[in-house]
Amino acid sequence: MDALALARWQFAITTVYHFIFVPLTIGLAPLVAIMQTAWVRTGNERWLRLTKFFGKLLLINFALGVVTGIVQEFQFGMNWSEYSRFVGDVFGAPLAMEALAAFFIESTFLGLWIFGWDRLNKKVHLACIWAVAIATNLSAFFILAANSWMQHPVGAIYNPETGRAEMNDIGAVLTNNTLWAAFPHQITATFLTAGTFVTGVAAWWMVRLVRTRKAENVELARDVYRPAVTLGVIAMLVGGIGVGVSGDIQGKIMYEQQPGKMSSAEALCQGQEGAAFSILTIGDLSNSCENVRHLIEIPGLASYLGTGHFSGPESYLPGVEDVQEQMTERYGDVTASGDPVTYTPNLAMTYWSFRLMIGMAAGSVLLALMALWLTRKGRVTDNVWFARVGLVAIPMPFLANSFGWIFTEMGRQPWVVAPNPTGIDQIRLLTERGVSTVVSPGVVLTSMIVFTLVYGALAVVWFTLMRRYAVEGVPLSVRDESPEAQEPPDEGSDAADRPLSFAY
Amino acid sequence: MDLAVVWFVLIAVLWTGYLVLEGFDFGVGMLLSILPRGDSEHREKERRVLINTIGPVWDGNEVWLLTAGGATFAAFPEWYATLFSGFYLPLLLILVALIVRGVAFEYRGKIRDEGWARRCDVAIQVGSWVPAVLWGVAFANLVRGVELDAEHQFVGGFLSLLSPFALLGGLVTLSLFLLHGSVFVALKTDGEIRARARRHASVFGVAALVLAGGWAVWAQVAFSVAWTWVAVVLAAAGLVTTLVANRRGSEGRAFTASAVTIVAAVVLIFGSMYPDVMPAVDPANSLTVHNASSTDYTLTVMTWVAVILTPLVIAYQSWTYWVFRRRLSTTDIPAPAGLSLKKVREAAFGGASSGGSTGRGLTDGSGSGS
Repeated sequence: MDALALARWQFAITTVYHFIFVPLTIGLAPLVAIMQTAWVRTGNERWLRLTKFFGKLLLINFALGVVTGIVQEFQFGMNWSEYSRFVGDVFGAPLAMEALAAFFIESTFLGLWIFGWDRLNKKVHLACIWAVAIATNLSAFFILAANSWMQHPVGAIYNPETGRAEMNDIGAVLTNNTLWAAFPHQITATFLTAGTFVTGVAAWWMVRLVRTRKAENVELARDVYRPAVTLGVIAMLVGGIGVGVSGDIQGKIMYEQQPGKMSSAEALCQGQEGAAFSILTIGDLSNSCENVRHLIEIPGLASYLGTGHFSGPESYLPGVEDVQEQMTERYGDVTASGDPVTYTPNLAMTYWSFRLMIGMAAGSVLLALMALWLTRKGRVTDNVWFARVGLVAIPMPFLANSFGWIFTEMGRQPWVVAPNPTGIDQIRLLTERGVSTVVSPGVVLTSMIVFTLVYGALAVVWFTLMRRYAVEGVPLSVRDESPEAQEPPDEGSDAADRPLSFAY
Repeated sequence: MDLAVVWFVLIAVLWTGYLVLEGFDFGVGMLLSILPRGDSEHREKERRVLINTIGPVWDGNEVWLLTAGGATFAAFPEWYATLFSGFYLPLLLILVALIVRGVAFEYRGKIRDEGWARRCDVAIQVGSWVPAVLWGVAFANLVRGVELDAEHQFVGGFLSLLSPFALLGGLVTLSLFLLHGSVFVALKTDGEIRARARRHASVFGVAALVLAGGWAVWAQVAFSVAWTWVAVVLAAAGLVTTLVANRRGSEGRAFTASAVTIVAAVVLIFGSMYPDVMPAVDPANSLTVHNASSTDYTLTVMTWVAVILTPLVIAYQSWTYWVFRRRLSTTDIPAPAGLSLKKVREAAFGGASSGGSTGRGLTDGSGSGS
């Protein structure tokens, strides 16, 4: 493989891996903050127990998100230096803002939250987890601002002297309609992820406890795990409805901005009115349109998703062959070896990643419906299927997040910066022209192997810890460690003489 | 005002924040196998004292690096692109080191198992020694100048980064961080470990004086401009003050002085580079604050962001240090709160996927731990 292919693989591996942890962190941090708020406001210990339980799972997950994030910040320069030169004037700004506005708050206040239970006033301590929760969401905003600019460049001009994109309107970059479609979609997806996680874990525990038929276990299930199921289901409903609505808006915007991506998602070869949405399509993997056969179809749905019309002239969707023709006419790029550029992303990859992104929501839907029925009106359940579906559903939104991003990024190919169809034509960059020129394939391969091995080992540790702490359940007893709940120190001694309530 | 120059200074400030703060984190990590004494149980307690002196703050300290990287990308894209693609292998090593170190800090106490703790200690050591040396190597190369072609691409190759001057630079940061970490531990702990940290600080201080002194004079004579002699003198004064204050037991002053030494080192490094951000062996190919920078518009936007947010960051990070100001000793460290991995096997529910088909061992499973 050449340096380009290796650099793309490395970006895919490190980014998909990083993004296993991120959605859970972004979604779970606000849920833990809500649990702790409930405790501070009601004084009911169930919420403190849940805060401690899901808080530990959040921290285990957070750690890997943080350390794999460092690679992301460096990788643009290491493997994609020519991309960095081209976009840095625009793309660097949201990245630097993310570090200054979000990462500092996240890391500092997380440290305060972990170690501050007995040091900080109860409300100040609660404010710390809220600061973390808000900062993780803010971080998502800035990184999506950067990514959305690659999908749809705005607020910049091309400077022929420097040969790069230069920002002239930060407001436009931060109000990019691509960003404001992607941000709600991603945030609601994290709620769905975290909601499914909380519901799945709590469902498994509820069934496990109720099946013992011991009064105190059933009481624990009703008192502690049932409220967790309820909270998780609310997050799933908010997230699920939000992700659907925002995804619909995003699909329509994307048909205007990157028709090639959306046509590939449908494996739609020739443009047509009233295009059907296919559930099963076969073809060969040569990326040619010739052998594409749609087997199961819902008439008109693809047109509706793309245009808001099921039929008629307004429902016309261009096919990948039309896009290829238009793009060739408009840009006519040639590859490094002199061949004309193919403006069609990998059909099988975009088609299936798009469907898997949507299909993976099924687990959450089923789990939410079961939870609503089985725990209605204060009930708890010993239905084994509730626990089983809970466990199976947990990984599904993680995969949906991954497939969504694989679709978004693969569907943008061959561009790393896709041209804006309605202006600033010169701001566009083929992926193959973004790769570092001074880094040899051997070096990229070395780093790819190193990261893959390290990440693989860490994945095992992460899973072991998540599983172990989930199986441990809520603490049997909790106490209010806050300074205001502690006995006043004796004469002559200092409050600081007490051992730490928590230490590494 | 020339915004490109302002941003050159701001990036120096971000690196200063990083090296001063993570400098003592690295020092503490390296001391993990050097400082603790006594039987194995006591050594473990002392190791936990060391780790907990930085436990609440290490992650916030590391963000200064991410911000320096992000700010370089935004303000000097050409610098970011050439530096990161050119210094590929050292950066790869640093990244891996920071990854395993961060995970080890966070996960060490999560599992109650001696073998696990030892493996995490190894990760913390590697994760601290490697960057402590490599940051010095990297910055020494920026002072010395590297091989850039007319397109400002780094063409020197990995071995060109390992000149004697650069390797000595690695030993300089190593000795400075060992010293900085030792005086930090003396400031933040109590009991035997505090006294031991001070004794070690004396040794590391002398080593730093010799290594940093030699390197600074070399840098000054061979690669720098006249005014940075001020930084060399300041660094020397900082090191001598650290040693004297440490001997007298003024730990706060010793720590301040070793922090001043690191500030002076950054001033020397960035002062010698200016007006280049990446001096080339052939000066015509150098990346300068002007040919590497972003547009005035972008720099103006980023200046507003930095002017508003940086003081806030410094304010709340300072507050964190105030909240966790107390000294730690072995008696402050609570019993380990980690879970045993063996236990879950004994509890034997037939794996997590069984959906709780049996209640055997349940009370045990839900009732243990913290």
